[in-house]
Amino acid sequence: MSKDVLVINERVQGENPDLTFELIGKAKEIAGSLGGSVGVLVVGDLGGTDAFGAADRIYTVEHEALSTGYSSQAWEEAVLAVVEAVQPKLVLFGTGTIGIDLAGSIAKRVSGPLASYVIDLAIEGDDVVATSQLYGGKLLAESVLEGDTVVVSVIAGSFPSEAGRSGGSPEVVSVSAPASLASLSLLPGVVKEPDKTGVDITTSELLVSVGRGVGSQANIEMLQELADAFKVPLSASRPVIDQGWLPKPHQVGKSGKKVKPKVYLAFGISGAPEHLEGMRSSEMIIACNTDPKAPIFEVAHYGTTLDLFDLVPEILEKLEA
Amino acid sequence: MKIIVGMRQLADLVEELEVADSEVDIDRDFVKFVSNEWDEAALEEALLIKEAVGGEVVVVALDEPDVDQTLYSAIAKGADRAVKIVGVEEGWTPTRLRAQLLAKWLESEGSWDAFFTGVQAADDLDGQLAGLVGATLGVPHAAVVSKAEPEGSSLRITQELGGGTLAESIATGKVVLGVQAGRQAPRYAPITRIRQAMSTSSIEMFEAPEVDLGPGPKVRKIYPPQSKGQATMLDGDPVEVAEKIVELIRAKGLVR
Ligand SMILES: Cc1cc2nc3c(=O)[nH]c(=O)nc-3n(C[C@H](O)[C@H](O)[C@H](O)COP(=O)(O)OP(=O)(O)OC[C@H]3O[C@@H](n4cnc5c(N)ncnc54)[C@H](O)[C@@H]3O)c2cc1C
Repeated sequence: MSKDVLVINERVQGENPDLTFELIGKAKEIAGSLGGSVGVLVVGDLGGTDAFGAADRIYTVEHEALSTGYSSQAWEEAVLAVVEAVQPKLVLFGTGTIGIDLAGSIAKRVSGPLASYVIDLAIEGDDVVATSQLYGGKLLAESVLEGDTVVVSVIAGSFPSEAGRSGGSPEVVSVSAPASLASLSLLPGVVKEPDKTGVDITTSELLVSVGRGVGSQANIEMLQELADAFKVPLSASRPVIDQGWLPKPHQVGKSGKKVKPKVYLAFGISGAPEHLEGMRSSEMIIACNTDPKAPIFEVAHYGTTLDLFDLVPEILEKLEA
Repeated sequence: MKIIVGMRQLADLVEELEVADSEVDIDRDFVKFVSNEWDEAALEEALLIKEAVGGEVVVVALDEPDVDQTLYSAIAKGADRAVKIVGVEEGWTPTRLRAQLLAKWLESEGSWDAFFTGVQAADDLDGQLAGLVGATLGVPHAAVVSKAEPEGSSLRITQELGGGTLAESIATGKVVLGVQAGRQAPRYAPITRIRQAMSTSSIEMFEAPEVDLGPGPKVRKIYPPQSKGQATMLDGDPVEVAEKIVELIRAKGLVR
């Protein structure tokens, strides 16, 4: 049985995500206790090996279908080919688009178990024990993954990335592209960089942020007034954007902007992992949420369970005084 | 285009969730079950496609608490048919089981063009449904989809790669999609329309066949996160709390 750990680098173009290095760092620890080695799969263009110095091996797969754009089908075939060639004990995905996209189908195709939303990992005997965040962060689940190859997808920010960034000279192993890549029915197209127009929420030292708890577009007005009083932009959680209450550039989180203001004021935001990913390193977080068990209070420095509709007018009053 | 939309019920996250005595599930007796919000986005995207190019939208779900409400409201919104997979044991249904049962029904349904479902569900520990359905059927899938636009007999799919970067791909054949958000927020079905759907249409039943579940995570325990006690709670009435908040911001030099 293999003792190796394989990290999937979730990069389609541009920079390698920080999450990859979190995974490599954790992979080193796990491989250490298993007595195996760490491989990282870089799909498409490798660039240089320097970035992956902490790994023992870099696996590459090259094919036209992987060179530009993103077809989840092409990636799935490529990842599967490498997993089958390497037969690792543990496959580490992030819970990013590629992890959400492929972890399940890869686990299914190699007949191994998968644990998603993992925030901690340990080895017990021959098994991997995973701690996952469920129900938007309200509960944790500890589960045991048995089998020759097991798969997990890890939430960003769970492990320090420094341990995955040390130097070294990994061996590069090229895995031949599977024949299935020649007969795709999901063809890669263009990749569009984020829209740079509109408000920039990433440079403000103070952010007033609004979540679904605000209830309606009309109620956003009050929060906008507060942001205006502070002379800062209004930011928001994803549902506020998806409802069309505010445009996309206002969004904080995994699929929005990463922000790190001196003070982040969160009104009616529950604190789902995907939101926290974008703002947890703010210097000071102050959260207003009527649910005392809301996960936002786990990362907030200050909190109140007052109703935002009672609190916001009073803050406005104070500022105008 | 014939689009199948897989929907499901989920404990309402707004409510308090208690761990059951077994310690491996939530206490399901007193929670309110609601439709998974991302499935609603998947339904919206399917309805938009039907409105643009015609075709049929069929919703399918496992028999779970209050699922009829979800299915009838889908009909009220414009779905043509609703199917309920019955005979599944109550409780925390692994996503692998959902995927296998849905795959069996999809096989029995004959021809269809696309299967849409929500990108994730708050308890899908053992995998996200789209990838599992796709792998079970051997049909390509894509998740975190924010747009699916018909182009002739193909679908142009937009996936969010994170941080606002978008990737397009073209599905030239059958496809399974995990939808993150539709092109517009899910439409609202007025209660009168839902009542009308209940009296004029009926939900088709499909008896769950035996399936082989395959390996999954063995849950040892479920527990609330240990509060690190991070947040200092600000006491007082709104006036007092407002004052404290402004004071905190002032101390950082961000307000005069
Ligand atoms: C792939 C993927 C990417 C995602 N990317 C992002 C992202 O970039 N950013 C993001 O934010 N989310 C993202 N999400 C969504 C995320 O999972 C959550 O659904 C979302 O963050 C929840 O937003 P919310 O906290 O505003 O809403 P909810 O979770 O509905 O929380 C609303 C909160 O408001 C509180 N509340 C209600 N009324 C009041 C009141 N009167 N006063 C005070 N509090 C009140 C409630 O107690 C509740 O906690 C993503 C999800 C996926 C699957």
